[in-house]
Amino acid sequence: MTFGVVTFPGSNCDEDMVYVLENILNQKVERLWHKDTDLKGVDFVVLPGGFSYGDYLRSGAIAKLSPIMGSVIEHAKAGKYVLGICNGFQILTESGLLDGALLHNDQQKFICKNVNLKPASNESGITKDLDISKSYKIPIAHGEGRFYADDATIKRLIDNNQVLFQYVDENGIASAEANPNGSVNNIAGICNEGRNVFGMMPHPERAADKDLANEDGRAFFESILKNC
Amino acid sequence: MKFKAEIDVMPLDALLDPQGKAVSNSMKTVGMPEISEVRIGRHIRLHVEAENESAASEKVTEACKKLLANAIMESFTFSIEAV
Repeated sequence: MTFGVVTFPGSNCDEDMVYVLENILNQKVERLWHKDTDLKGVDFVVLPGGFSYGDYLRSGAIAKLSPIMGSVIEHAKAGKYVLGICNGFQILTESGLLDGALLHNDQQKFICKNVNLKPASNESGITKDLDISKSYKIPIAHGEGRFYADDATIKRLIDNNQVLFQYVDENGIASAEANPNGSVNNIAGICNEGRNVFGMMPHPERAADKDLANEDGRAFFESILKNC
Repeated sequence: MKFKAEIDVMPLDALLDPQGKAVSNSMKTVGMPEISEVRIGRHIRLHVEAENESAASEKVTEACKKLLANAIMESFTFSIEAV
């Protein structure tokens, strides 16, 4: 599988993502530039974290209009895979490829810490090989990560098993205390109806190298490699 | 003709506005407890070229829907005048 990692002006997790895919998982990676429209034949597009276009207007609002996103939207609509992490998730909701929106955290603080993340179901390529009975320690780093959608949309996401991840406490419970940013139903990640577009606020690429003393994120990529 | 639009984009009433809440609380600190329910949005001013005011209004609505506001979390209102 060939991965394409997009760099927007203000992306700052693109190199981490390329490093993990190339050096930890031994995959071929193409670097994609926001001004280009050629996806270079990649199978799987990753929109990394950061502050594309300085988060001007709203996070992801300007990035969704960049030339590369026209091709990414076509790629997704053809049923091919896209993963957005953090700012990448914000870009996917702004583009309409994923439901909902990411609002300012309920405490208005930028939060940078490890969270306990629990896969909500195994019904997607990124969660298929994860253990839904356990939680994974994954870092978050965002100011605008409060997932919101109206009640009907939330119900549809839950009924279709499109919720990928929830923030949980040490006992695996999606409690109010474990919710770092006020997301509806502690939602940390979702997928589209076709299960080929994934979005999540936490950063598994920051927890995939043994030198960082936390490799919980590696399982997310291994699940993608096996099931996408 | 050229028109000037003054647009207000506000968080939907149903949504928590943490920035507004923090400012609301700070009003007590500046000795103004009579102020409450602060909500903070964004003000956008722009010029639009159109045949008449109604056409200008349609253009501004389109701009709000396509980019300036996100209907999932924000509402918008605007006024227009010829310049």
